Amino acid sequence: MTATTTMVDNGESLHLRGGQRSLPLIVALILALVGTLAACSSDDGDDATATGDTVDLSGDEADDTDDSDSDGAAMDDTDDGTTDDSADAEAAAEETEDTPEAVEVTGSVRLITHDSFLVTEGLFDNFTLETGYEVEVVSGGDAGELVSRAILTAGQPEADVLFGVDNTFLQRALDAEIFESYASAGLATIPSELQLDPENRVTPIDFGDVCVNYWTDALDGPAPAGLDDLTDPSYASSFVTEDPETSSPGFAFLLATIATYGEDGWQDYWQQLTDGGVTVEPGWSEAYYGQFVAGGGDKAIVTSYATSPVAEVIFAEVDYEEPPTGVLTDSCFRQIEFAGILAGTENRDGAEKLVDFMTDTLFQEDMPLNMFVYPANSEAAIPSSFEQWATVVDSPLTLEPAEIEANRSRWTQEWAEIVLR
Amino acid sequence: MAGGAAGLFLIALVVWPLVAVLNRSLASVGPGEVWSVLGRGSTRSVVAFTAIQALASTAATVVLGLPLAYCLARLRFPGRQLLRAAVVVPFVLPTVVVAAAVDNTFDAIGLDMPLLAIVYAHVFFNLAVVVRVVSSAWATIDSRQHEAARMLGASPWTAWRTVTFRQLTPALLASASIVFLFSFTSFGVIRILGGLRRATLETEIYRFAVTRAEFDVAAVLALLQLVVVVALAVSSALLQRRASKGTWRPGRPGPVNSVARKLVLTLAVAIVVAIQAVPAVLMVAQSVRVGDGFGVDHYLNLFDRADVLPVSAAEAIVNSLLFASAAALVATVVGVAASSAIVAGGPLGRWLETLNLVPLGVSAVTLGFGYLVGFAAFDLRQSIWLVPLAHAVIGVPFVVAAVVPAMRSVGLRVRQAAAVLGASPGVVWRTVDWPVTRRAALTGAGFAAAVSLGEFGATSFLARGQESFTAPLAIFRLLSTPGQSLRGQALALSVVIGVLVAVVAAVLERARPRSSDSVGGLL
Repeated sequence: MTATTTMVDNGESLHLRGGQRSLPLIVALILALVGTLAACSSDDGDDATATGDTVDLSGDEADDTDDSDSDGAAMDDTDDGTTDDSADAEAAAEETEDTPEAVEVTGSVRLITHDSFLVTEGLFDNFTLETGYEVEVVSGGDAGELVSRAILTAGQPEADVLFGVDNTFLQRALDAEIFESYASAGLATIPSELQLDPENRVTPIDFGDVCVNYWTDALDGPAPAGLDDLTDPSYASSFVTEDPETSSPGFAFLLATIATYGEDGWQDYWQQLTDGGVTVEPGWSEAYYGQFVAGGGDKAIVTSYATSPVAEVIFAEVDYEEPPTGVLTDSCFRQIEFAGILAGTENRDGAEKLVDFMTDTLFQEDMPLNMFVYPANSEAAIPSSFEQWATVVDSPLTLEPAEIEANRSRWTQEWAEIVLR
Repeated sequence: MAGGAAGLFLIALVVWPLVAVLNRSLASVGPGEVWSVLGRGSTRSVVAFTAIQALASTAATVVLGLPLAYCLARLRFPGRQLLRAAVVVPFVLPTVVVAAAVDNTFDAIGLDMPLLAIVYAHVFFNLAVVVRVVSSAWATIDSRQHEAARMLGASPWTAWRTVTFRQLTPALLASASIVFLFSFTSFGVIRILGGLRRATLETEIYRFAVTRAEFDVAAVLALLQLVVVVALAVSSALLQRRASKGTWRPGRPGPVNSVARKLVLTLAVAIVVAIQAVPAVLMVAQSVRVGDGFGVDHYLNLFDRADVLPVSAAEAIVNSLLFASAAALVATVVGVAASSAIVAGGPLGRWLETLNLVPLGVSAVTLGFGYLVGFAAFDLRQSIWLVPLAHAVIGVPFVVAAVVPAMRSVGLRVRQAAAVLGASPGVVWRTVDWPVTRRAALTGAGFAAAVSLGEFGATSFLARGQESFTAPLAIFRLLSTPGQSLRGQALALSVVIGVLVAVVAAVLERARPRSSDSVGGLL
């Protein structure tokens, strides 16, 4: 009995003798395994789409609450009826199914964005239907990598549009001249305080706040009332935050303390936090799921986002009446995320239309429950779960992008000398 | 020629991107600035710490791996196959979860020794490299020489040291080089366990390239890293060539019939339990925790797409398996071809011997940015094939590490004898090299698959859309959003790919050469 396999060696095929059929056998086994899994999972995938499983989570929450205010308001502004936070996904999915091959795809437009980018399946089909362009999404690593790679590939951009540069990295991106100006009609619906570039090289798409969170039940006493309280050793010793050099929320929290205590006062604040026993982790996941009680750790206070309590309810294992976590509103630093057309794009028309689409209510209302951010478009409806469980931050802390970029290295260096010594 | 093709593969996917990105980053930098970066006190201390932790990790991994390698190669005991397969599991476990477990364990017992914690985690991840590469070589060492030495009056220790250990040296060096390079470029473990002050070259390159966008400084550090890697690869190659060559004769594992053997087996099991099993079991336990009770909910959820993922976890596993199959296949073909050239000697072989290790030793950021700059033409960087190819590049050194010692053990004389007797090079390869190589190649293929299944850095950088959304990306994404059910799903997914990689390894293990089809008769 002879089994034959081919190996690339001297360009000839090698005949193996009987009893040596292992390689083909292995390949066959692995392929069979993969095939079986593929069959299983695609079935499940179809089911999920058909029954709207992915939507139910938020839908259930929405049904429990009176969300008529937000929905009603938004209903007037939009004509596609996708205002209910559980409905926009379904609507998008339905439109997908209704938009078969009849649509003529005339080209594609490429969007590079960070790892956390997510839209409801089929959302971009609406864009294709309107414009004839398909959207290709390219993952650009984390927010910092995204900007770095855009600068490194300036002039030979990987995509037509970049989404995900925030106000803390904005100046660096502008200085490197990676964007082309474009004044989208969508800007009319976006509050002026979010529009940070007068030349419109970037368009605001969403915003959110980085805030100190606490797990209510894990605190020994009352919740801290504000930033000042955190220096108390009983709070500081159960507080975990992130390294500003490697973590976006970590850097935002450093900026929050600089905005609050000033250029000459923040160092003393951090000295007190350090003396009180604050813990620092390299990234959000390490802090939140490594040290914070959410991941089985023993820290009751963590640097996270204003919308984290919403996610804790939506993705909970048990039914919560109230979020298990709370937010220190005076610790919140505002992050605004922008999209920009990359200089050197070969599809300027598609890029412009994509930026327009991203400022439109359909896309804007899809973002909150996928990325836990607020829409920049003031006409877009806020999901009921946000209304109910997110803490409203009335006066978030901010700093000018130019000031941030000019001082970033010095601030993080000084921070390291205080905290890591 | 096969070796040449392997060389071209590595030039295209390693040398070219590195040249492209370094060239671009250093375009406006003069030699003076390079020296000023290298001359900084901080650079020197970073290099020193990087080297020290890598050396300590390598030494600990080799010492702890040897008893295990011996048991797997030489002893027959229940659960042996399972153990062989299970040691590779840590390869695919997410750093965030494992390092946090180690961190919490050290905290719980009140140990504040970051270097020890780093070494512990590196041993956890890398033990399999030493165990599998060395045991696969150990199984082919002719035990009659050891017996002869004993009969001639050598003590067991002397016989082991002068006969067995010397024959194991090439495999030991090959696996130790890989462990060193992995530890040398380790990122997550250092960041989480080292305390934030502990910078290594890898974390500094990331800091300058990504956080500060000072590409010139990052490029100088990347060059420095490259120099160390090449120096290590060259010296490892020299030592391997100088090491004595054994003769190949597959021995059958023997029963655990003496006190010494029982002791070694006990020790080996203790090592696995203390270092590998405890964090793994903790993870399984956490993955079945639901609310205040226990259940398999998180596992069932893997089939429904979580709201934070573009595809279901199950689909991500399928993508991962497809990539792993492709990456393992390519890595094995390239690795075996490169090994033939390395064993044959000559300039090409020596060059490949160094080059194949480079991808393990250069920073993921450097290589990742290199792909973006180097493959800008023709839109190559948009190709979905970049992901499995990048995985294959990292898998090649594992295949080479396993295959070269095996091929060398055949000995030139056997090959020459076959050639003198009229065998063509193809026939020599088929009848002499391949039977010996096959088992080692499968060990390497298993590693290449494991590397691919667990790879995060390059994948997050090169992934394109849903088709290339792999299981490690899904774990990372699940652990990036608050919510207990997402964390549970991430742990369940980690456990599943852990089991999968063990299954793949076990399936590859089944493909053992039978003693009857070996060249044993030739020797």
